[in-house]
Amino acid sequence: MALNPLHQFEIHELASFNLAGTEIALTNQSLWMIISTVTIMLFLTLGLRKKQLVPGKMQSVVELSYEFIKDLTTSTTGPKGLKFVPLIFTIFFFIAANNALGMLPGSYASTSQISVTFAMGISVFALVWVIGLYSHGLKFFKLFAPEGTPLLLMPLIVILELISFFARPCTLAVRLAANMIAGHILLKVFASFAVMLAGWMAVTAVLPAGILLGIMALELMVAFLQAYIFTILTCVYLNDAINLH
Amino acid sequence: MELTLGLKAIGAGLACLGMIGAGLGLGNLVGKYFESIARQPEAEDKLKGMFFIGLAIVEAIALFAFTVAMIIIFVL
Repeated sequence: MALNPLHQFEIHELASFNLAGTEIALTNQSLWMIISTVTIMLFLTLGLRKKQLVPGKMQSVVELSYEFIKDLTTSTTGPKGLKFVPLIFTIFFFIAANNALGMLPGSYASTSQISVTFAMGISVFALVWVIGLYSHGLKFFKLFAPEGTPLLLMPLIVILELISFFARPCTLAVRLAANMIAGHILLKVFASFAVMLAGWMAVTAVLPAGILLGIMALELMVAFLQAYIFTILTCVYLNDAINLH
Repeated sequence: MELTLGLKAIGAGLACLGMIGAGLGLGNLVGKYFESIARQPEAEDKLKGMFFIGLAIVEAIALFAFTVAMIIIFVL
């Protein structure tokens, strides 16, 4: 019984080839990442096939999504953040598509793997360093010593600020991965209740199935909410780097 | 073997006690949201966006406790 809820997170190879000694494989995780990327690309290209001045239904959905990301970015990072709208768009829709497609039966939630989310967290962290050092030079390190702190408290404040700064990619990664893992484990546990009850008194299996329906709605909301949280935290960290406080 | 399994289970159970803090935090947050809407109903639209962000950030603490429990059971 303990194996069952975690069995869904196993990675299986689907096709592999050998490249100079290391094996490069197409796993079910990478397959579903490819499927979610293709879904986003289809959504964007098919929505903009007929470009009219007064948009039709599909085109207005695509325009709404662009407006949403643009408002999100400019409200947190100011006008200098317009350069980063493609990145924020990619982050939001990649995470949202991966999370949402992980709700389909038989699919694999790629963002439940800490490797995927930690890679994204480290990329955001590296971006903050590069942008900060490129725009402000060594004054970027003033981020760790906020203005107006008395000199006696300075060492303590700097250490605390450093710790919270370096905790950022880890919390970004673990927040997303653990939300997905916990959600899918919960779904699997209730589904196994329904399966176990269906053998004996099939009528009572309606109860866990009903709760499962509610939890699936919650998980779908959590999927988009977690994408939004990752995106808005990325915008806030970029704001720290671009406009120092 | 049995002893380590039992001790791991105790460790994981203790790690999950960390979710108490997250529960208190979430209760505070939701309570203050409702109270602020009750005091000033026009503020609801302004607060709605930040409310969900705050929920997810506090929820993350509970998930850190869950992650530690998972590490205790499956990695150690």
